[in-house]
This record gives sequence, structure tokens and C-alpha cells, in this order.
Amino acid sequence: MNTDTLSPYILTLVTFVPLGGALLLTVLPRRDRDIRVIAFLVSLITFGLSLHLPVYFHRAIGGFQFEIDKSWISTPNIHYHMAIDGISLWLVVLTTFLTPLCVLISWKTVHERVKEFFILLLILETALIGVFTSLDLFLFYFFWEATLIPMALLIGVFGHERKVYAAVKFFMYTMIASVFMLAAILWLYAHTGSFDFVVIRDLIARGQVSNFPAAAQWLFLGFFVAFAVKVPLFPFHTWLPDAHVEAPTAGSVLLAGVLLKMGTYGMLRFNLGLFPEQARKNASWIMALALIGIIYGALVAMVQPNMKKLIAYSSVSHLGFVVLGIFSFTQSGLNGAMFVMLAHGISTGGLFMLAGILHERRHTYEISEFGGLATPMPVYAISYLFIVLASVGLPLLNGFVGEFLVLNGAFQARPIYGILGATGVIWSACYLLWMFQRVFYGKVTHPLNNGLADMLGFEKAAVWPCAVAALLMGVAPILWLGAIDPAVQATLNAFPQIVSKVVGQ
Amino acid sequence: MMPLAQIQAIPQGADYIRILPELILSIFGIVIMVLDPLVDEEKSQKTLGLIGFIGTLAGLASTWYMAEFPGLAFSNTIRVDGFSVFFNFLVIAIAAVVILSSFEYLAVQRIRAGEYYALILFSVVGMSVMSSAVELVLIFIGLEISSISTYILAGFRRNEASSAESSLKYFLLGSFATAFFLYGVALMFGATGSTNIDIISQRLLASRPEMLVYTSMALMFVGLGFKVAAAPFHVWTPDVYEGAPAPVVGFMSTAPKAAAFAVLLRVVFSINVPGRFWFLWVAAALSMTLGNIGALVQNNVKRLLAYSSIAHAGYLLVAFAMTTPDTSLNGISAAMFYTAAYAAMNVGAFAVVSHLANAGERYVNLEDYEGLGRTSPLLAATLTVFLLSLIGIPMTGGFFAKFYVFSAALRANLIWLTIIGVLNSAIGAYYYLRIIVAMYMRESRKEVPVGPISLGLGLALAISFVATLYLGILPNRVLQISQHSAHELVQAAPGAAGVAQNPRPIGSTN
Repeated sequence: MNTDTLSPYILTLVTFVPLGGALLLTVLPRRDRDIRVIAFLVSLITFGLSLHLPVYFHRAIGGFQFEIDKSWISTPNIHYHMAIDGISLWLVVLTTFLTPLCVLISWKTVHERVKEFFILLLILETALIGVFTSLDLFLFYFFWEATLIPMALLIGVFGHERKVYAAVKFFMYTMIASVFMLAAILWLYAHTGSFDFVVIRDLIARGQVSNFPAAAQWLFLGFFVAFAVKVPLFPFHTWLPDAHVEAPTAGSVLLAGVLLKMGTYGMLRFNLGLFPEQARKNASWIMALALIGIIYGALVAMVQPNMKKLIAYSSVSHLGFVVLGIFSFTQSGLNGAMFVMLAHGISTGGLFMLAGILHERRHTYEISEFGGLATPMPVYAISYLFIVLASVGLPLLNGFVGEFLVLNGAFQARPIYGILGATGVIWSACYLLWMFQRVFYGKVTHPLNNGLADMLGFEKAAVWPCAVAALLMGVAPILWLGAIDPAVQATLNAFPQIVSKVVGQ
Repeated sequence: MMPLAQIQAIPQGADYIRILPELILSIFGIVIMVLDPLVDEEKSQKTLGLIGFIGTLAGLASTWYMAEFPGLAFSNTIRVDGFSVFFNFLVIAIAAVVILSSFEYLAVQRIRAGEYYALILFSVVGMSVMSSAVELVLIFIGLEISSISTYILAGFRRNEASSAESSLKYFLLGSFATAFFLYGVALMFGATGSTNIDIISQRLLASRPEMLVYTSMALMFVGLGFKVAAAPFHVWTPDVYEGAPAPVVGFMSTAPKAAAFAVLLRVVFSINVPGRFWFLWVAAALSMTLGNIGALVQNNVKRLLAYSSIAHAGYLLVAFAMTTPDTSLNGISAAMFYTAAYAAMNVGAFAVVSHLANAGERYVNLEDYEGLGRTSPLLAATLTVFLLSLIGIPMTGGFFAKFYVFSAALRANLIWLTIIGVLNSAIGAYYYLRIIVAMYMRESRKEVPVGPISLGLGLALAISFVATLYLGILPNRVLQISQHSAHELVQAAPGAAGVAQNPRPIGSTN
């Protein structure tokens, strides 16, 4: 197909094909097999469509591409404005990449209310893609909130023992935090008459927003709180372990893989994009919180007896790197932050799938229940090791590139940040490898574990793409960074003098 | 010229057109009353209900027709403009949907139908009068017509003590509150020598308002505040809503509220009394907070929705705290949109509640909703949409309603009130979520029979459902209508919202 004819509509297609699939599922009869196949096909088609984006993306351009801008509601002035740049491009692809894998990993693990499960999963995909593609603040908020309901239902309906508690906690944390963002968005609308990200950014940059200096700090915080809870940044992280432990595997994968990135993406796009000055002023305490998150998350992960909780806390630690990179205001730090987002999505998504495979066989996540699993499940053990090494940050795998760039940026911003951040790399090696040793090495300690089946076909099909992606990202990061770098540069261009101030400290 | 003036005082044909909806609804109400003893008791349910429903449809059609004849009628006591057409249409539509959802409920509860439908129609007549009257005495009459009908409707579950309590409580406190309103009208007459809103606003414009005016406004607010269940006049709400029949609660939590808000909008923004700001500010903040906190601990779904309706009255009152001309316009249109959105979602929610309640309203507690997502997925999904709208999740009317109110407030620089509001809506999410959690995430612990959805109820649910989503996805049209009406309302009254005293508000940049 000619690219020119498809390009204006490709984002709409990618965003709403999953929703269309969900609507299709609602009218289908409850034959579980058909529903799984259709859900898989829909998510695969979405992935295929989304590949159009990196293929036809002009890498040299830092600005927005594949733009579509149509008036939706005239008063207030809300537009259906979608476009992506190098920052959102890969997050969209990450989402479409992980969703088919989620369908696969849930193939046999979800037995009840199969139809509802896949409907929710596909609605969630649409909402997640929408968050990354919308440039209208209203549309953004709309998708942002829209992610909340399917995710809360996935946790609350298909989760484990304390699912209701976890679902409500997840919902309330996010809801309360995001109303502050809504208030900030409304303030911006009231004073600019527009919800358009680009318009508001330019008006602020030119100083044409009345009362802005007085309100800027509060607006910054309004956005920041919503994003910080989502990331989650220490001390707003307490919902995350609960949500992860109780969520079904596919829920955890999307939660860690994509949902958390909404927070860091928001910081990068809105906190830095709209309020560069305030971002600089607040950078020091935010970076301190990020460092606490890195170290605290790692230490808590180390002592977790529950495998899924361990991975959840490792997310707190890894996302700390992302925030550290973003608020270093350096080219390298921001590139690294973006790369860690993607790498964490792949490797942590993989880890949650692997943990889910084990849970499916033993119905527990307790590390002490396992031991010596390498003997009965060799393929599983090797896959697990591969993903663990990617997550630890072994060179040539994806984790390394991002963390290296982030630490490089943090050193440029202030050496002590780099030094403290670097300890996080060591910690992550400690807790992940120690966990791996306890679960897989030695003799089989629990008689039940002797008879465990190795990975099944659909499980391999779900996990191995993650491993391949991790390797590819580690070997050829330039494929990704080529698009990320100009976009990051464009973000930083907005405040060159500010960058030099931070760097010069 | 004298004879001409006298002739004009005699009602003309157009005068009657301007009260056509009221006339038609009254006729249908009387027809129902007359037929009631004549038709067979068993068959009467459907027949009389159908007549009532046709009456509301005729009322809607006549409102449509009436909209072609804007202007004053009956010696300047009635004004037909976009504003009154909007509220007429709204209250009659609410009545239509409530009548649809009552067929099944009355059959299940074994309630004699006749007076029930007639009373709903009479009550709507009162509300129509309230939304088109520009004469305080006429407004009072409308208020009484609508109130007395709803007092009786609240007691329709005759065998239940709670329903009798509800009716009596509503009656006693309601009469007390309307007396306050009447007292306010009297004082206003004393202060300005007129009970016509237009003349009052002209006279107030000419002279500095004295203490009597403030007192009068405060007393009128007490009366109307009671009707809309705004704090601190909200205490009756949970008990009355708990005891009254579920469809009636759906009706009286939306239609009389909409009419009372219409009066409040006319009175507040036409008679622009300075100093009302903090009054409304406090009432709004209190209603939101007390309503939401009260709802947090409720296990009876009707009580929960009662507290939620207090909270929603609070969000609505935020739109009243505007003082400059352009912010007033935003406030009025936001308030109008809010009443429409709230009506759609709340009538829908109560339709579901009344279906599930079963004989004697046995199943109205939170634990009766457990597992509903599995046993009747369609009903659960519909209720979920209404609840999400009440929370204010995007794609639903409730979201845009809150959105318009809070953006109007922010334009008026009411930052603290907005923050209280958005925090409250986050707290509010919790108790609506409890119902959703019960439906989807818990297994039913006891046998709750859920009957098949009848045609009438299905239609009522479908209308509310479509309206809720329509207002959430394509709010443009309704918003434009409300903005247009807001303009008319402000222009009609010379002293409206400080237009004349303060044509260019201080601090305005343009």
C-alpha cells in the first residue's frame, strides 16, 4: 500500500484495531478456543500495523509524524490530535509487541470468563496506545483514565487471593493522583483556550500565558504527582507490589511492561516539555527520590520471599533509573531513560511471564518452595537465565545499554548521582542472581518439583520473542536510538541554557 | 393606549401555547385519574402507565412546539426561552423514562397504578412551571405542586414502615423548607415592591441592596437548597431515599432537583446580589465533602446513591459561585449540562436498582449485588456504565459534566474550590467502585433472584445508557444549547450577573 495514503490514518488504525477486536469478541459466542484465536489474531494484526510506524518513520526529524488533527468537540476546543515522535514511537511498538505475547501466555492459564478476559486485554491495549499517541491533553487524559478500568478489572476479577484489595488500591492511588493532573490540564485550558500540547508548549515558551509564573510550580506538581504514582517513584510505590502479586500474568506483564512507562513518558513529554524551568528547579529532589527508589527498591527486592514481589520491587528500582535519566537533562541521560523503559518492558515482561509459568504449575510464588528446578525444567531454566541476565544489565543484552547511558548522563549532571545510581546495577545483580540460584541450582528440594513439566509450545512462543528482542536491543541499540535521539534533542532544545546550567553545576 | 394595554392583559392564543406542556400533562393526569376507577385493577397497570407515557411524549412534542414561540405570557409571569425549554424538556424526559421503568416495578411490588402515574405527571407540571416562571409567587406555586406530588409518591409502598416514614419526613421537612422560600419571597417583595424577577433585578440595579435583600436571598436559598439536597440542608435525603420506592427515588433525585436548580439559576444570576459568593462556596464545598464522606460507609445501595446525590448537588453548586459576566455564562451552561448528565446516569442507576430490588425491596444491599457480573452480565455492565459516569470517567456524560463545571470554576480563578471538588470526585470513586467490585470481583453468598428484564425497563435502561454515552462522546450539541440558553438568561435580566454595574470586570485583561 502506498505510504502516503496510509500514513495519516495509521495511528488511528493502530489505536483502535484492538478496540474493534474487543467489540467483535463481545458478540461472539462463548467458545473459548475461538475467542483466544481471534484475540491473538487481532493483537498480531495490531503489531503488524504498528510496524508501519518504525518502517516509515523519518529518523532524522525530531518532531511529530503521522499527524492527524481533527476537531472533535468545538466547545471546549478539543481535537482528535494524534502524532508520534521518536519517544512515543517505540512505546507504541512495545505495547503492540507485548500484547500478543500476553494473549499467548494466558492461552491455558485463564479458564474462566475467557471472553471477558480477552475483551479487557484488548481494551487495555487501545487505551495504552492512545496514551502514547495523543497530543491533545484532553485526549491524553481520556486514554490515561481509560487504562484504569480494564486494568483494575483484570486484577480484581482474574487475580489471586487478595485481588479485590489490590484492585481497589491500584484504582484509588491512580485516580486520586490523576485528578491533580486534571486540575492542571483544566487550568492550562482556562488560560490558553487550547488542549493542544504543541500550542500550549509554544504559548508557555513565548510567555503568553497569563498568571503562568505564579501557577507554574503547582501545575508542574499536578502533572508530576500523577506520573510519579504511576512510575511509581518512591514513596508512592506501595500499590505496585500488591497489584503485581495479585494480578494475573498478562496483567502483570502489561502493568510492568507498559503501564508504568505511562508515568515516565508523561514526565518526559509534559513535565519537561511544558515546564522546562520548573523541571530544572525541582530536579534535585526528584533525582534524590529516584536514587532512593533505585537503592531502596533493590534492597527490598533482595529480601522478598515471593518471586513476583521481588520482580515488582526490581521494577521500582529500574524505573528509578529512568527518572534519574530524565531529570539529568542530558542527551545521554534522556536517551538512556528511553532505552531503559523499552528494555525494562521487554525483560521484566519476560520475567513476569516466566514467574507465571511456574505459578501455573505449582500455584505459588514462594521462592522457598522451589530449588533445583534446572534438573526437571532445563529449557525453562535457560530461558529464565537469559532474561535475568538481560535484566541485570549484562553487556550485549538490552539492560546494559540503557543503564550505561543513564549513568553517563547522571555523572554529567552531578557525579554523586552517578556513583549512587551505579550501585543499583550491583544490587540488581545481587537480588536477581541470588533468586535464580535459590530457584534453579542445587538438588531438587521439594518432591513435588521433580515432576514439573518443562516449557510448553505456547509458553516458548510467548517468552522467546522477549529473549530475541533483548538480544537484538543489546547488540544493535542504534536501531532504536536512531529514532529516539533526535526526539530527545528536540525536547532538550527547548531549554539549552537550562541544560548548560545543570551540567555546569 | 389604555384599552390596548387592557386587551394585552387578557391571555392570547400564544399565551396558552407557552404553557402547552403544562396543559397537556395536566389533561393526561386528569384522564388517568378519571379512568382509574373504571378500568379493571389487574389490567390497569399497563393501560394507565401507557397513557402516562404517551402523556409525557405529548409533553415533549408540545415543548418542541412551544420552543417556536419564545416570549412572555400571562402578564409577564411566564417566560419561554431556551432556558425554560431546556428544563421543560429535561424534566418531562426524566418522567417518561421513570414511567417506563415503573411498569415492572409496580407489578412486582403490587402497587395500584392509577394515582402513581397521575402524580408523576402532576409533579412534572409543577416542575415545568418552575422552569418557565419569572414570577416568584408562580415559582412557589410550581414548587408546591411538584413537592406535594412527590411527598405522596415517596409513601407509595404503603405496607412498609420505612416508606411511610420517608413520606412523612419528606413532607414535614419539605413544607418547612418551602415556607422558608415563601418567607424569602415576602421579604423580597418588601425590599423591592415586586415579585417579578425582571423588575426586582431592575430595582436592585437602581439602588444599593439593603439588608432585607440579603436576608431574602438567604431564605430562598434555604428553601431551594433543601430541594436540591445541598448541605447543610441535606439531612433528610438518605432516610427519604431509602424508604421511597426505587423508581420514585430515581425520579425525585433528578427531576425536582433539575427544576430547583433552574429556579436557583434564575434567581441567583438574575437577582445579582453581591456577597452571595461565599454563601454558595461554602454550600458547594460542604455538600461535596459531606455527601462523599457519608457515602463511604453505606451498605444500602439506595442510601449510598442518596449521599452521592448530595455530593453531586455540591459539584453543581460550584457552577453557581461565579460573579463576573463571562464566568457566569460558563457557570450557567456548565450547571445546565450537569443537570442533564446527572439525570441520565442517575435515572439509569435507579432503574437497575428497582429491577434488582424485587418484591418488598428486599435486595437493595451491597451484598445482594455480589456476583451480578456473572448472573446477569448485561444488567451489571449497564449499571457499571452509570457508576463510571457518576465517578466521572471519560467517555461518559458524568465526566464532561464535572469537566465543564471545574473548568468554569478555574476560569473564574476558584482554585481552592476546584481542588476540593476534584479531590472529592476521587474519594467518590471509592464507593461507586464498591458496587462494581461487588458485582464483578465477589462471588454471591446468597440466592438473589433476578427476573428477566421487561420491555419497559429495557427501554428505560437503553435510553439512559445512550444518553449517558451520548453526553460523554458528543457533548457538543447539548453544550451549545445550554450556552445559548445561558446567554438568553443573562440578557433577559438587566441586572444579571453584574453586567450593568460592572461591564468590564476588574482584573480583566481584554
